[in-house]
Amino acid sequence: MRAFAQLFLSLDETNKTNEKVRVLKDYFESVPDTDKMHMLALFSGRKPKRPINSTLIRTWAVEASHIPAWLFEESYHVVGDLAETMALLMPENTGGSNKTLTEWIAEINGLGDKTEEQKKDWLLNSWAELDSSERFVFNKLLTGSFRVGVSQNLVIKALSEISGLDAPTLTHRIMGSWQPETYQYAELIQQQGAADDVSRPYPFFLAYPIQETSEKQKTAEELKTSLGDEAAWQAEWKWDGIRSQLIKRDGKIFIWSRGEDLSTDKFPELHPFLHALPDGTVIDGELLSFTNGLPMPFNVLQTRIGRKNLNRKILEESPVAVIAYDCIEYGGEDIRSKTQSERRLILEKLQAATPYPEIFRISALIPFNTWDELGKIRERSREMIAEGIMLKRKSATYQVGRKRGDWWKWKIDPLSVDAVMIYAQKGHGRRADLYTDYTFAVWDGDKLVPFAKAYSGLTDAEINKVDYFIKRNTLEKFGPVRTVKPELVFEIGFEGINKSTRHKSGIALRFPRILRWRQDKPKEEADTIESLRALLGE
Amino acid sequence: MPKKPLLEFTDKGIYCAAGNFYIDPWKPVDYAVITHAHADHAYFGHKCYLAHNLSREVLLYRLGEIQLQTIPYGKTVNKDGVEISLYPAGHVIGSAQVRIAYKGEVWVVSGDYKTEDDGISTPFEPVRCHHFISECTFGMPVYKWKPQVQIFNDVNNWWRGNVEHGLATVIVGYSLGKAQRVLQNLDLSIGKVYTHGVIENTNEALRRNGVILKPTERIIFESAKEEVRKGIIIAPPSSVGTPWMRKFQPYSFGYCSGWMAIRGAKRRRAADRGFVLSDHADWDGLLSAIDATGCESVYLTHGYTAPFTRYLNEIGFDAHEVHTLYGDDEGEDASPQPSPEERESRENNEIANQVLSIGEDLGEAGKDAI
Repeated sequence: MRAFAQLFLSLDETNKTNEKVRVLKDYFESVPDTDKMHMLALFSGRKPKRPINSTLIRTWAVEASHIPAWLFEESYHVVGDLAETMALLMPENTGGSNKTLTEWIAEINGLGDKTEEQKKDWLLNSWAELDSSERFVFNKLLTGSFRVGVSQNLVIKALSEISGLDAPTLTHRIMGSWQPETYQYAELIQQQGAADDVSRPYPFFLAYPIQETSEKQKTAEELKTSLGDEAAWQAEWKWDGIRSQLIKRDGKIFIWSRGEDLSTDKFPELHPFLHALPDGTVIDGELLSFTNGLPMPFNVLQTRIGRKNLNRKILEESPVAVIAYDCIEYGGEDIRSKTQSERRLILEKLQAATPYPEIFRISALIPFNTWDELGKIRERSREMIAEGIMLKRKSATYQVGRKRGDWWKWKIDPLSVDAVMIYAQKGHGRRADLYTDYTFAVWDGDKLVPFAKAYSGLTDAEINKVDYFIKRNTLEKFGPVRTVKPELVFEIGFEGINKSTRHKSGIALRFPRILRWRQDKPKEEADTIESLRALLGE
Repeated sequence: MPKKPLLEFTDKGIYCAAGNFYIDPWKPVDYAVITHAHADHAYFGHKCYLAHNLSREVLLYRLGEIQLQTIPYGKTVNKDGVEISLYPAGHVIGSAQVRIAYKGEVWVVSGDYKTEDDGISTPFEPVRCHHFISECTFGMPVYKWKPQVQIFNDVNNWWRGNVEHGLATVIVGYSLGKAQRVLQNLDLSIGKVYTHGVIENTNEALRRNGVILKPTERIIFESAKEEVRKGIIIAPPSSVGTPWMRKFQPYSFGYCSGWMAIRGAKRRRAADRGFVLSDHADWDGLLSAIDATGCESVYLTHGYTAPFTRYLNEIGFDAHEVHTLYGDDEGEDASPQPSPEERESRENNEIANQVLSIGEDLGEAGKDAI
């Protein structure tokens, strides 16, 4: 655990990529293989088990810190990270533990069947045994909020330098549903990946956005300059669903979503078509709800994802289908190095053979001759229930992660309104102790009704200014939330808008974010609830 | 009619009606007692100033020609029958707590203070009083400082490591206080100490005042860059990210501040190294200092005043929150930038604009330096 805590400290102590890679390599080279796998699991977003709920952890941490509960809460708002707050508040301890990361995680996992009293004893003893930096990472393990300031790419890079395997291979091998207890380091770094798990998905190839703002659209000439000849590209609609990889191998089927969640059971409608695919097939596509052969807005699917149990009503009201746009394994062979056009032909062949064409759909190619023409087609995205257009180079291989060059997403402008900030709350992480989470309102007659929360889109300098304003213009405090004098106006962008019975305003926005701070606008000129309702298309 | 308190909180600052003077006022007044020379406590434009001997040259450097009387710690000045005396606050060189006594009633205004002996400022001394007006910049229990020996050990090791790796070393701290504290604790067997112009100006003022500081070399246009890169550069916060600083690339830059205790705050500043080093008292320091005064009432002026006041009341003090311009209710400061250190330097900058020739202020630092 000392090495793991030191890894954290060292990663915090530098902003330089090379230095981070060096620190990661040092760590890998100094710890046992089992620790390496646990570290990889944690750094690739595999959450550890949480055998003690966070309310109990908090209660016991308050006890161990000898301060009143309210002061603990206030401290949490200052620090913006629960694990760190607990580590800072407990009495200094210079001891330190010799147990490895693997041993600690085994202890945590072994808590499941213990009584509350036993858990408490174990936790208080553990805290007393650890020094403050170890306590911090230990608390992170316990609370499961394991976000680290280092990307998975850097970890892969360090591992690649140590093992001699290339980064895409390693990225692929740490995908899927492996357990650090059973997946061996030796297996991970062996030169031939023989024992590959049948469920393992490939890393997704992600498109790069074509950057434009509402004021500045890309012209046909600009596209021509940067993308070249139209004939080298295929265009498709950009569907707004759940990006997924669908696998059929050895008679088994797996559905992975982009967040690397195995969600096979969530989509029973897809099972018959998947079973009908030949073995050794992997399809990349978008899951969407359909009604009468037309895709439905994303929020329909969203309400369904949240459900633990799928009842008949849901399956009937929002049946899911896949719009496939790529095939990356065929006949048991990884075909990612074939060209886009070659893979497209294979996909078309597969789709033509399916007995379930309503469920296994294919993303139609949009014919176009000039960039100008495609720009006009893009304007029809909303009526297609699409987010814009995807551009794929016909000669492109299927790559790993977000890469510039061969896949582009050309989204339509976000919808936007001008709104007044009325509540503010402190942020977390590097924005701890700064007011960065805002609630926005629009006018309903002479009243302001809240309709959206957003916390991204401002620069650090703007955040400092807004924070300064909030601290001097607070009308009321409710716990961590402040009511702020309505004065600042922001342009809020969003991807979609729907009716909602749960919100006071009667609407719910999809992906609201701050486009810019309208310092030029007085609050009276903010938009009205009618203007939002008009966007509902009623 | 209830008796009027000896000190009042007015829109100009902390006021003593009986003696007709202010302590650290932020608007122009006739007579100002100054706890220390930082910009949010020593404003421009008062008719008469009273401060500690060791603040003399820095105040004259920062505020220009002012009418200034300075006194040693413990000496009493009588104003209209009110006794004014200064006691060490341990914040920076020349910083003082102000003791005010009138008809048997004693008030103490802490200014900014820390309880750890930093080796260069006269160490903090608790003063018995009836009413104590205290800062609480770091008045939350998450702020607990380690002894400075440990921190400077880290600083020197970091510097040594940078020299080995061929990196220049830039350490950032505000020009009065942190800069000298860092300087005095550097291991000069590693290399020479170079200073940004603004810091060297403060060093020179302190030396004129008889303070013995370790040798430093001002970075000027002609300075040999390769030599500077082998030493350590002490720079103010406002120089971070400026072309002036970029000229020393590749470098590692360390930031010294109490705010570095929180990971989020540290990440926000994007320093290569954050050293948790503050010239303010930590949580335990504040509690012990307040307790040692034996006061009947305590007033909290700036910092985490709301939770700190509530906590003091719960443990049996008669505590009150008061609003001043020394900071707002959250330990942050009267500027859109997040720390007193940064504000200090920013305001230095403003003051520098008033009294220094162009090219010497922070914003133009690139012009007269390398």
